[in-house]
Amino acid sequence: MAMTIHCDIVSAEQEIFSGLVETLVATGTLGELGVGYGHAPLLTSLVPGPVRIVKQGGEEDIFYVSGGFLEVQPGVVSILADTALRADDMDEAAAEQARQEAAAALENQSADFDYGRASARLAEAAAQLRTLQKIRQKTR
Amino acid sequence: MAVGKEIRTQINSIQSTQKITSAMEMVAASKMRRAQDRMQLGKPYSARIRAVIGHLANATPEYRHRFMEEREVKRVGYIVVSTDRGLCGGLNINLFKATVASMKQWADQGVEVDLCLIGAKATSFFNSFGGNVVAATRDIGEAPALADLIGSVKTMLDAFEAGTIDKLHLVSNDFVNTMTQTPTVRQVLPIVAEETSDMAHHWDYLYEPDAEELLESLMARYIESQVYQAVVENAACEQAARMLAMKNASDNAGELIDELQLVYNKARQAAITQELSEIVGGAAAIS
Repeated sequence: MAMTIHCDIVSAEQEIFSGLVETLVATGTLGELGVGYGHAPLLTSLVPGPVRIVKQGGEEDIFYVSGGFLEVQPGVVSILADTALRADDMDEAAAEQARQEAAAALENQSADFDYGRASARLAEAAAQLRTLQKIRQKTR
Repeated sequence: MAVGKEIRTQINSIQSTQKITSAMEMVAASKMRRAQDRMQLGKPYSARIRAVIGHLANATPEYRHRFMEEREVKRVGYIVVSTDRGLCGGLNINLFKATVASMKQWADQGVEVDLCLIGAKATSFFNSFGGNVVAATRDIGEAPALADLIGSVKTMLDAFEAGTIDKLHLVSNDFVNTMTQTPTVRQVLPIVAEETSDMAHHWDYLYEPDAEELLESLMARYIESQVYQAVVENAACEQAARMLAMKNASDNAGELIDELQLVYNKARQAAITQELSEIVGGAAAIS
């Protein structure tokens, strides 16, 4: 059996996951990274995107985080997410609508337009959709 | 019969006060449950981020953030978390006493103190008590939002970065249980390393992207989460303390009513006895 590490995923509002995992794949600022047993201590910030974990025994689970931090200590991985969702709780239609709205807002900018906020919302919606697509691939 | 009219009115007025206090007690009880839930939900995050920061302080990093450096203390800052409303027993006063005691220790060493006040009660207390208030936030409500707190917290962080203050303390009530809330003074900046036995050798994280940028945002998040958690916890304390204070007030009102009732009954009986003896005396005089 694969070696496991303890993993905690917490958001500012609640604890999302706590348990043993074989691997964890998250989206860091510099790209996707996987963490397994024996990883060197690491501290990185996360961008909106899916977090995939393989639990002890091989069962997979996918979460969505909207940014935050990932810390790796020997034997413990913690994700401090700004907001984290169980991917099952996410609504594809709503995410798609949010993406379209954000994209539309980016196109017709008015004078008092907040470019930063709109592009952040677009990135978040796109990341949610990516997460959902991952789940779909998994179930197929 | 106009016996003990004043006592009757007094009893009535105490009764209506009792109604109010017992209603407030019940409101506080239900609000406390919600405030406690809010406190519990935030706990894992603040505990985790404190652990991460603790690890960082124990590491031997290539880049030391200025929030981790001890400096010679010339001026200290306090963030005091109080409630917006009164009628919650000694909660705020105990907190202010702890603050003033801690401030006095610094004052004895010739160190000056800056205050950042959260909650209307702290503002009014330090207005009359005196003290150099640099930031104040009030009307944070029952479900405090982080956005409301950031402004005044940022004032203190900026002061620390600019070197105006060399230490930052956070004063708030710890929720022990419904009966007990203890005021605590915690040092927030510079960050204190927690003692850990494991990982005694020299080590450092890999940082992605680079250490400076990452620590900058992590530190800001850390301070915000500590202050937010303190405010949420203080809100739970407020409701618990109010519940207790109102319960005591209702009980005291009950006792007072019982005593007055006794006095009233005695007066009434005395009046009846007197009238009877007058009638009997009058009848005896006629016959």
